[in-house]
Amino acid sequence: MQASTLRAGGRSTLERPPLARLPDRALKYGLTALAAAILALIVYFFFRLVGEARPAFAKFGVLGFTFGQDWNVSAEQFGALPMLLGTLLTSGLALLIGVPVAVATALYATELCPARLRSPVTVLIELLAAVPSVVYGLWGIFYLAPKLQSPEQWIADRLSFIPFVGGGLVTIPNIFNAGLILAIMILPIVSAISREVMSTVPADHKEAALGLGATRWEMIRLAVLPYCRGGIVGGAMLGLGRAIGETIAVTILIGGATQMPTHLFAQGNSLAAVIANEFGEAEGLHRSALFAAGLVLFVLTLFVNAIARVIVLRAERVHAPQGAAQDPRGPGPPALAGTPGL
Amino acid sequence: MDALDPTATARARLARHSLSAARRRRDGLARGTILGGTILALIPLALIVYYLLAKGLGSWSWSFFTTDPTGNTFFKSSSIGGVKSAIVGTIEIVTLASVISIPIGIGVALWLIEYGRGSWFAHTVRFFIDVLTGVPSIIFGLFVYIALIVGTGSTYAGYKGSIALALLMLPVVTRSAEVILLLVPGSLREAALALGAPRWKVIWSVVLPTALPGLATGILLAIARAAGETAPLLFTAGATFKTNTNLSQFMNSLPVQIYNDVTSPTNAVVNRAWGAALTLVAMILVLNIIARLIARRSRLA
Amino acid sequence: MPELPQAGAAAPVAPVAAEPVPERAREQAALGVRLQGLRAFYGAAEQVKGVDLEFKANEVTAIIGPSGCGKSTMVRCINRMHEEIPGAHAEGKVLLDELDVYDPSVDVVAVRRAVGMVFQKPNPFPTMSVYDNVAAGLRLSSGRRGKEVRAKVEAALRGAGLWDEVAERLHEPGAGLSGGQQQRLCIARSLAVDPEVILMDEPCSALDPIATLKIEELIEELKSRVTIVIVTHNMQQAARVADRTAFMLDGKLVEVGATEEIFTNPSDPRTEEYVTGKFG
Repeated sequence: MQASTLRAGGRSTLERPPLARLPDRALKYGLTALAAAILALIVYFFFRLVGEARPAFAKFGVLGFTFGQDWNVSAEQFGALPMLLGTLLTSGLALLIGVPVAVATALYATELCPARLRSPVTVLIELLAAVPSVVYGLWGIFYLAPKLQSPEQWIADRLSFIPFVGGGLVTIPNIFNAGLILAIMILPIVSAISREVMSTVPADHKEAALGLGATRWEMIRLAVLPYCRGGIVGGAMLGLGRAIGETIAVTILIGGATQMPTHLFAQGNSLAAVIANEFGEAEGLHRSALFAAGLVLFVLTLFVNAIARVIVLRAERVHAPQGAAQDPRGPGPPALAGTPGL
Repeated sequence: MDALDPTATARARLARHSLSAARRRRDGLARGTILGGTILALIPLALIVYYLLAKGLGSWSWSFFTTDPTGNTFFKSSSIGGVKSAIVGTIEIVTLASVISIPIGIGVALWLIEYGRGSWFAHTVRFFIDVLTGVPSIIFGLFVYIALIVGTGSTYAGYKGSIALALLMLPVVTRSAEVILLLVPGSLREAALALGAPRWKVIWSVVLPTALPGLATGILLAIARAAGETAPLLFTAGATFKTNTNLSQFMNSLPVQIYNDVTSPTNAVVNRAWGAALTLVAMILVLNIIARLIARRSRLA
Repeated sequence: MPELPQAGAAAPVAPVAAEPVPERAREQAALGVRLQGLRAFYGAAEQVKGVDLEFKANEVTAIIGPSGCGKSTMVRCINRMHEEIPGAHAEGKVLLDELDVYDPSVDVVAVRRAVGMVFQKPNPFPTMSVYDNVAAGLRLSSGRRGKEVRAKVEAALRGAGLWDEVAERLHEPGAGLSGGQQQRLCIARSLAVDPEVILMDEPCSALDPIATLKIEELIEELKSRVTIVIVTHNMQQAARVADRTAFMLDGKLVEVGATEEIFTNPSDPRTEEYVTGKFG
């Protein structure tokens, strides 16, 4: 070391006094501790949940509880199948109705829409995500469900030969209505993801189709849809995850029945709804059963979301290997309420 | 019909390639279906806005905002009150939830970007944050209930609702913070570091200020989302009628108030629910609009 | 050659019904293209500033010029792809034989089938097999039966010089071929619909020299079937394949003539500067 870099006192100007490095150290370790703490917290919650659910699983067995058909509070008999079915049915309906409509909106916004309308249409679809769940429930139960009662009865009468769909009396809170509201609620997220994937279709492929003399729709069919298949499926899975976990709107619109659902237009229940309805006054085994239902719900959403993420990531990696995204995981699905610039 | 049309040759050749009626029809049909689907998607939005305004505005009045709900749901003649405690409660609970989740969320995002990049630990943390994004909102309420209410002998409290909401907001804030912080150009960081600034100063004086508008947008959107949540509050904050500013006691909130009113048989109460719903949606919209305005002025996104 | 009686300018082109329209016989000449006063705009910016140029039938015409001189834009006006870009429009006439393709009575879809295009970067449809790629254009028009399609696909692949290499791999993904093969696949795809003209926009710029050579040989064979317009920044390539060459500069046509003339004895000094490498 050159003599000139030494200060009086023997320390080189190139060294920083240890005290000055403290804030850096503190920040680094502090943030690391924070991240670790969050991790620990989540694991803790999960284990506590399992603990609270254990009595119910112990009494009925994990499978016995999950697929048991009787949910009888007074007899202390708890089987979650009616709720599980309700969750799956409403979510399935949400996908069936919501995904095609969402894909249509995405196609419109990216391929057919005149340029000036693109932004307004997109913003409007996104606004559907800003409506809180309880307001969907309110609107659903006081406007939509009553309005749909006669058409639903008409359908149930006409289709009485199809088991489970027709032949029954239509109640106002019913499984179908819950599914319909869910379809509306998942529209924004499926639409946003579909739109994102569609906007990455290379102009090359679209031009190749047009250059062959394809009409607009034929171009979409040849170049856009095949390319976006993976992304759209991933988006649909994420919508499914959202639908499965949706609590309040479904609680209001599905009815809270405790027996197995008899037909589509009858009252039903869902895993989230039964917790919302019954937790307030539940005690002992009943409460444990509700925790168990929560655990089943948790695992179900974990599973669906994991699959969704894999599909979306794979679709993006296949088609954009140039890796334009700054996010190291890839753009990922837009967390609607938390992504700026939406 | 004298001279042969000079374009005839070309037209004949082109005729082979022409669009058949069937294809034209299919194209028109497809376009119509796509447009129809889009309109179909927008109809619920229009209807919801319409009903919110039609039924909610009627409930709005000075007393609506300044009196507490009375809990009288059966007698037509007596007053049912307004939603003051619900509004106050929502503001307090959400504020506390934001105070908890925002620093933590930004902190975790910072760690993921500045310090933890690429390590298996970072991948694990990110995985768990992703897991949190998909958790149903009622489970957050259950988590807090288990941790803070079961076996501790204590009961519902506003701050417990805040914790549940903070858990809900955390992955949202972390994710959007990470996206925004990644957008800060590496060259900016390097320039500051090259000037001899310590890491923490680079973060504090360069990275965070540059990312601020984007962060603000993400935060506001997360707050808007949390304000509308009902399920996490049901078994944590409880509900009460009187306005209560003490977060360690039962606290009302707009979503819970609406949820409770929905099941009431009294018309007046239902109308109050619409008014409360309109209030809630208005609050959320305002937050969304501010967020978008800030986003537009951001130098990054 | 069946001529539709007085399929005049007044009536819109009638959609072709189910009866099969006779195919153009192999030996018939293709149609040529003539640009008259062509101007192309991106919004308000004029990229092609009034070009009169003829592409003779069954000949290969090369268009050379420095980057940004408007050659690609001009060529895209011929099959009306230019207008697909938002805010872009064209003025003037593009005559296919004697018919202006911009005439309102003309079906743009028909124009695009009759005037095929091969792009700079090979772009086979990624989710389709080799066979499906070539058949894609054929399947768009109704009334094609399986056997017909198969025959045409084979003919197109042979015409593109690709049949021997892919005959065993027809049902493998088109994107799995090498770059040069992919480009020939795209040529086959265009050939399958029996066009009059094929436009090639720097078709070899993404390919290695061997693949480039194969395509240049192909162009030589194809010109007996179709009129070819090739945009290239490689002057040696123009010299090898083109019968006529046109030199464009800054949106205008500077000079056009027999390739040999252009390269050995150009009339315009700017052409001489370009071909001798003084700029561009």
